[in-house]
Amino acid sequence: MQPISATNDFVVKFANINGSGSASANELFARAILRMGVPVASRNIFPSNIQGLPTWYEVRVSGEGWLGRRGGVDLMVALNPQTWDKDVAGIEPGGYLLYDSTKPIPLSRFRKDLRLLPVPLTEICNKAYSDPRQRQLFKNIIYIGALVFLLEIDLEVAQWLITEQFEDKKKLIAPNIQALGFGYDYARDHLGGACSLKVKRDDKVSDRIFINGNNAAALGCVYGGATVCAWYPITPSTSLAEAFARHCKRLRVDPETGRNKFAIVQAEDEIAAIGMVAGANWNGARGFTATSGPGISLMQEIFGFCYYAEVPAVIFDIQRGGPSTGMPTRTQQSDLLLTAYSGHGDTKHVMLFPEDPREAFEFAAKAFDLAERLQTPVFVMSDLDIGMNDWLCEPLSWDKDRRYDRGKIITAEELEAGKEFGRYLDVDGDAIPYRTLPGSHPTKGAYFTRGSSHDRYARYSEEGSVYVEVMQRLLQKFETAKTVVPRPVLRPAKEKTSYGAIYFGSTSVAMNEALVSLEKLGLHLDLLRVRAFPFAEEVVDFINAHEQVFVVEQNRDAQLQKLIVNECAIDPARFISILHFDGTPVTARFITQAISDRMKLGKHKTQEAAE
Amino acid sequence: MTYITKPKLHHPGLKTNKLGYTHRDYEGRISTLCAGCGHDSISAALIQACFELELEPHRVAKMSGIGCSSKTPDYFLGQSHGFNSVHGRMPSVLTGANLANRNLIYLGVSGDGDSASIGLGQFVHSVRRGVNMVYICENNGVYGLTKGQFSATADTGSKAKTGEINADSPIDLVSLALMLGATFVARSFSGDKKQLVPLIKAAIAHQGPALLDIISPCVTFNNHAGSTKSFDFVRDHNEAVNKLDLVPPRKEITADYEPGTTELVRQHDGSYLKLAKLNAQYDPTNRNAALAYLQERMKAGEIVTGLLFVDETAADLHGHLNTVEAPLNTLGEADLCPGAEMLESINDEYR
Repeated sequence: MQPISATNDFVVKFANINGSGSASANELFARAILRMGVPVASRNIFPSNIQGLPTWYEVRVSGEGWLGRRGGVDLMVALNPQTWDKDVAGIEPGGYLLYDSTKPIPLSRFRKDLRLLPVPLTEICNKAYSDPRQRQLFKNIIYIGALVFLLEIDLEVAQWLITEQFEDKKKLIAPNIQALGFGYDYARDHLGGACSLKVKRDDKVSDRIFINGNNAAALGCVYGGATVCAWYPITPSTSLAEAFARHCKRLRVDPETGRNKFAIVQAEDEIAAIGMVAGANWNGARGFTATSGPGISLMQEIFGFCYYAEVPAVIFDIQRGGPSTGMPTRTQQSDLLLTAYSGHGDTKHVMLFPEDPREAFEFAAKAFDLAERLQTPVFVMSDLDIGMNDWLCEPLSWDKDRRYDRGKIITAEELEAGKEFGRYLDVDGDAIPYRTLPGSHPTKGAYFTRGSSHDRYARYSEEGSVYVEVMQRLLQKFETAKTVVPRPVLRPAKEKTSYGAIYFGSTSVAMNEALVSLEKLGLHLDLLRVRAFPFAEEVVDFINAHEQVFVVEQNRDAQLQKLIVNECAIDPARFISILHFDGTPVTARFITQAISDRMKLGKHKTQEAAE
Repeated sequence: MTYITKPKLHHPGLKTNKLGYTHRDYEGRISTLCAGCGHDSISAALIQACFELELEPHRVAKMSGIGCSSKTPDYFLGQSHGFNSVHGRMPSVLTGANLANRNLIYLGVSGDGDSASIGLGQFVHSVRRGVNMVYICENNGVYGLTKGQFSATADTGSKAKTGEINADSPIDLVSLALMLGATFVARSFSGDKKQLVPLIKAAIAHQGPALLDIISPCVTFNNHAGSTKSFDFVRDHNEAVNKLDLVPPRKEITADYEPGTTELVRQHDGSYLKLAKLNAQYDPTNRNAALAYLQERMKAGEIVTGLLFVDETAADLHGHLNTVEAPLNTLGEADLCPGAEMLESINDEYR
């Protein structure tokens, strides 16, 4: 069998043991390729564990710029004996296997069609280092060194990245560069010509950045003016709150006094976290929490309160596999129905669906404007794939003239001038009332916020008609929300077609790539990327303009589709669900296969990722 | 409840405080609680305390949870903003509100169901975090709004109106608060306005987490023989350790106290707590001694009231978080947004 030969188009997967320090070495590998102007898409596949369980890092090198997972592996760096057999089995026919050859491995554990890239990592380490910790850590850099040679990655680029990485710990630069050299030299001396996968310098990366969604969302919170963050640790959202703390320490400390223009509280649970967010927003500060499905379940009562009492709040749901504890370290888009109608009684909530870290930044900042404008909770529905993986995306941007939209607040001056105030009065006809902030005026504008039924002046009332009036206005307010949330993005097919596809969030990258594969198979699709709930009119128009609409999502129950059917009163027969929910990010191969199967597009050999 | 709406007009002879406000300016809506409810006495004491402290009503934020007690913020300080949140979650909502604006006075009003059962966790954590607040628990040992179930503060052996005997151990919020690091801990009785008003004033002046556990008999469901939270029982078993007076910062301390029986404690805001000692051995600045004394008297069937503990060096959550002097809710783009140029250089770090 011919070994796979490819330039700027292959997948390398690292099979490591959690806690062995492989993550930063693997990231170095991805960044080195990016610095050569070649796009990469990286994914962490990790366990709910701190040390000892298997973890994988997958790097797709794609000169064409595809950023979704491809599926399949061309070169496996197999460093975990626990998963060896499965890892070896998962390599594409004619692929490559780099492994630690210090101890002999029986032939039966290999595959005949594979090209072997043996590197005696342990032996090299034991010779060079005596400290066990160093032996472990430098082993990671050594295999990167070998890969640098084998894939023809620019050695200087890799060295420069090490220099940058250890800018603050300069004494680590030389030993890391030395370790890189050990691997590079070994491969050059023993494995010359053994690998036909190559990285060739290009200019396809331009000014794009490589950042994870939680980090970008945290920056969005800083830029969006959040001052209060109350949170409870939960994977995969924890790194958002932690990144917010990191950015604030750098960007939000008053240089004169050394004091903080932010307050971050790690709450005792998710209920307390959202309670603090509600209190802060009620009192006029921009507050948010970051959580995942189980947290959303716990916060329901206060979401309902904020909906009814019209208190702004921003919530990041970094979705993971449910139900229950589910797959805490795997990705899904399965909290849509839970969130949309969160809380008892009749409730509806605004949701935003970022497609990548850049949009996570943008929607994070926007969520604060929307929450204050609409006086209601706004949910940024990210997921583990966006949140915890570094993505190549457009640089973050901020219009220097942008001002925060603090919504309808009556100031002390306006109250003094005699402006009428009724907390739940619809003055402007958009169903959004005015609010006052506590402490603003000595004798005017005070009101009592409550979750029990209230009239237009915030007075307690159990009168049916009074209750109905407020509930109807809230529905009308949701109509107003439609006009201010991000619009869906339409991408018409190259040729006129009666087929469309709707998708959202992290599915984007795979959908974009699947579109091209499907075109090659003769199926043209108009695409509509939904970016918010409530759904804009364009969503209904799009569905009505097509005979059949595929709805591609990463959950079992077709939650977006159900939400559309429910909210837009559309016949479910119009839809074909394409559902991926095994916890790994959806791939273009999967979408292409699923759609072509449904359309009976003939044979299209696809290979689903085997892990 | 009383159905008589008081006229809006003020009597011209009504006493005003320094700010020109009368007592009436600190009132709220008409109470909808049962006639004779201890909670209404607490609301009255709060009104009087705020009037005497010459507080601007709008500088107070009233926070509550769910239950009879949590309804009361509607019945006092009608010119203050109020937040009647969900069951057991007042402490977190108050904490968030406090983070947003450190300059207001936060009055958290809760009950024994709201604080000792569903909200015990939030009570505990708000105290240990050092939130600057007055946390009032209107404690009647019973669920009033749902008609008479025992609460977690009901004493073992206490008898419900239905005749049921409580077998569970009670949760004592005062002991808990002491263990959690509350810097002002007091217990009082809704029927003792003379003790209650100065305690509320002192708690408001205190710059840190202040707990006021106020035994407030439920006239409808927990005021019968066999209840340990009835008016009669509390009157018979009340042991006050001191009598308190608050001397605001601007007032001079004069020597109108008898040394030896009176203790002066200076609070963070410059005010003095003037304590007339009723029990010579009781030291309200010793946390461990306070705990031991409480346990000892509890065993003897006594309900200790008065200022039980105060730490004059109290710090609060904003101090721990090192937040700026200006309330966070007053900061705008200039303070909060690092700007487009900075974002450019941040982008560079991810290339």
